[in-house]
Amino acid sequence: MPVRFKVNGKEAAVEIEPRMTLADCLRQRLRLTGTHVGCEHGVCGACTVLVDGEAVRACLMLAVQAEGSEVVTIEGLSDGERLTPLQESFRRHHALQCGFCTPGFITTAHALLTREPDCDAARVREVLSGNICRCTGYVPIVDAVLDARAAYKGGTKS
Amino acid sequence: MKNTFIGTPLQRREDLRLLRGRGEYVDDLAPQGLLHAVILRSSVAHGRLRAIDASAALKMNGVHAVITAKDMPGGPPIIPMRLQPLPEFKPYEQPVLAHDKVRYVGEPLAVVVADSAAVGEDALEAIAVEIEPLLAVADWHVAARNKSLLFEATGTNRALVFEARKGDADAAFASAPYTRRERMRTGRHYGLTLEPRGVMAEWDAAKGRLKVSGAAKVPFFNRRILAKLIGLPEDAIEMVENDVGGGYGARGEFYPEDFLIPFAARHLNRPVKWIEDRRENLMAMNHARETEADLEIACARDGTILAIRGSISTDMGAYMRTNGAVGARNVAQFLAGPYRVPHVKIDSALWMTNKTPVGTYRGPGRFEGNFYVERLLDMVAEDLGLDRVELRRRNLIRADEQPYPIATVQPTNAKDQYDSGDYRTTLERALQEINWPEVSKLQGKLIDGRYHGLGVACYVEGGGAGPKERARLEINADGTFSVFMGSSSVGQGVETVFAQIAADALEVPIDRIRHVYHGSTGYLSEGFGAYHSRSTVMGGSAVLEATKNLMSLLREAAAKRLGCATAAIRIEAETISGPDGRSVPLREFAGLTAEGEFVSHQHTYSFGAHAVHLAVDPKLGRIDILDYVVVQDVGRAVNPLTVRGQMIGSLVQGLGGAVLEQLQYDADGQLLTGTLADYLLPTASDFPNLRAVVLENYPSPINPLGVKGAGEGGIISAGGAVANAVANALQSFGVQPRQLPLTPAYVWELVQSAQQKAAE
Repeated sequence: MPVRFKVNGKEAAVEIEPRMTLADCLRQRLRLTGTHVGCEHGVCGACTVLVDGEAVRACLMLAVQAEGSEVVTIEGLSDGERLTPLQESFRRHHALQCGFCTPGFITTAHALLTREPDCDAARVREVLSGNICRCTGYVPIVDAVLDARAAYKGGTKS
Repeated sequence: MKNTFIGTPLQRREDLRLLRGRGEYVDDLAPQGLLHAVILRSSVAHGRLRAIDASAALKMNGVHAVITAKDMPGGPPIIPMRLQPLPEFKPYEQPVLAHDKVRYVGEPLAVVVADSAAVGEDALEAIAVEIEPLLAVADWHVAARNKSLLFEATGTNRALVFEARKGDADAAFASAPYTRRERMRTGRHYGLTLEPRGVMAEWDAAKGRLKVSGAAKVPFFNRRILAKLIGLPEDAIEMVENDVGGGYGARGEFYPEDFLIPFAARHLNRPVKWIEDRRENLMAMNHARETEADLEIACARDGTILAIRGSISTDMGAYMRTNGAVGARNVAQFLAGPYRVPHVKIDSALWMTNKTPVGTYRGPGRFEGNFYVERLLDMVAEDLGLDRVELRRRNLIRADEQPYPIATVQPTNAKDQYDSGDYRTTLERALQEINWPEVSKLQGKLIDGRYHGLGVACYVEGGGAGPKERARLEINADGTFSVFMGSSSVGQGVETVFAQIAADALEVPIDRIRHVYHGSTGYLSEGFGAYHSRSTVMGGSAVLEATKNLMSLLREAAAKRLGCATAAIRIEAETISGPDGRSVPLREFAGLTAEGEFVSHQHTYSFGAHAVHLAVDPKLGRIDILDYVVVQDVGRAVNPLTVRGQMIGSLVQGLGGAVLEQLQYDADGQLLTGTLADYLLPTASDFPNLRAVVLENYPSPINPLGVKGAGEGGIISAGGAVANAVANALQSFGVQPRQLPLTPAYVWELVQSAQQKAAE
């Protein structure tokens, strides 16, 4: 069946099977492979994307449910060659190793900081506890997110 | 110019692509005409495979093939072992598909190739499998009865007993003033990678060439196996390493799918990709760690360790996989860890069971052995009325005892010795960091409903496995350099680290190291890969050799060009000049390339200590880590940022194994933990208070960089340190944790049974 939604600011129209998840649609049909699939049952958070501003697990959402929505993936967060302040902070704190979980952490943290730029460490840990990282031990990820808060104050988006 | 990139916490070059979703993992590849494979796996732990009827599946739209053992002339090939390939293990090696018997839940039975993975999974449902169940051997105790045999031909479920020996332990025990014997166990968990495994194979029928993407860890070795099993010359196969979403010892070994997918691609003459799903991953990727120990320690009254002896049983799962014997060997050889133990006698038995086969997981055998010896030491201290820190100080190996010989393991005659270091130094630093004199006042105290406890544990981490590693340097057309490595990346940041080493060796700014290529078989004549914390040690040293070779080639070429002696050539920045002042820019030597090789048969040994302050809620059995410090002397830290990353990252994996992670089976050999909702991994809210301290006081004397492997130290002592702290916290109950993981249920049970005993 046909589905239309916006991805990273551009209109997307695809013909898909109703059972296709949003994650598979983004990766396989729209070739946005920055969204990663780690468990396909909503636990690991690697596939997190923004749907109308909300951090959503793209493996638990059918693509057809995205009809008319605005979807932002990791590819849509930074324009061109520059890293966003959040991405820069991840790099500075060595908050990624293999990088597989990273897009999900960035999108989750971006949604959090956009809404709550003053959140404290406990809140960051609580929100990020829905994403699994096997390499870093989380300490540098939490530090990176806390350090990036300044960039989100005063309504800065990314 | 003298560079100092080595030792600088340089931000990683890998990050630029990975942070923006531009990494390229194997599932991101989608060549024209790609088909997708899914694997039919056994749902029965132990049984005779009577029939597979795929006729209905084959009639389904979009299904191209269902491959079973019958499609393989001469039967499904057997995967050989990579490490310790002893003749005793031969009968237990795994065929790529089950054909006569199934031996674990998850064992591959057939491969479905379809237009999409979804269609393939639909087809799986349509395949009828007939299996006649046999009595499942669900753990090593059942295996030891030898009533139900996994491999009838061998007449036993015990594949081998490793014997670790040093001195004369029995004699030492005979005259020892104090001994203590304990039974303890460690649970089954594994090196779960967040990116599931994946393989994509492309067959070029015209040229007879096979390209395999998704390689990791040991691509050159795996190419050798694949070439043999599939009947192609090695140079007709290219193994390509993409971005790799975590390794931890488990990814990159040769698994059945590493044959099945190339076979399917060749069979159908189409590119075929297989991506493991998480449920498969939990039952197909190498398991690890499940051991039970019956150990005895002998000491003098002052706490000096005299000897350790006993036996350890490892639950191997159903087959001997490529590196399956490493854990069982290490647990025996490295049980004594950083301590001076003059007499060792440990028998380590390998039991075959109807579970997923085991392989290495970061700190193989060392995590288990460290838990055992560290628990014993705390019990000894209590028995002898000694301070447990003082007891460790007395027994830790000193610098003047190096190189220190450890137990030799038979039948492989594996001899080894530690290389350098005063192992007391990291303990002292850990005590200082955690403020031991102050926090030790809280030991056993009940504060706001929680008992406070402290624990310490010390370790050595082996690294730098031989025999050798290769690197190649090439001058690019713009006068920059490319580095090609035989080492692999599993996400640990090798591109940055090798660029640092190469820039220092070449004495150039780091941006003149344009690319670091690694892991694929096309780059070098030979390579050995990423395991045993060897990449920086072996690969880094090979970069130095390659630099020397490239510089001498460059001098020769320049001398020829400028008509002078090679000794008269001066290389400065990007200019090569002769004695008469004439010069040639470096870029004119573009294409000049040289390989270098570093050979070593010795291992590096970094060492360290863990110190933890935690609190235990006796009503919930819950453990909260209040402060945790890991101190590790790595010899030399090429990139302190990534070394610290390795330490904290491996520590949290260790804490996962210490308190959360457990692969559970029922008595029929059914895996009960088949999702990430059942198999608990650490998350961001579990362990917030962790610190890592990197020391560089004892460089390794056996490689030119002085580096030691540093990827595993955080994990090794996590179980021992936490268990000791829990015992310390609950001292008023007199409980001794004797198993891992320390789940809330287990800790609660310890407290409950102690209270019941006290009431009786």
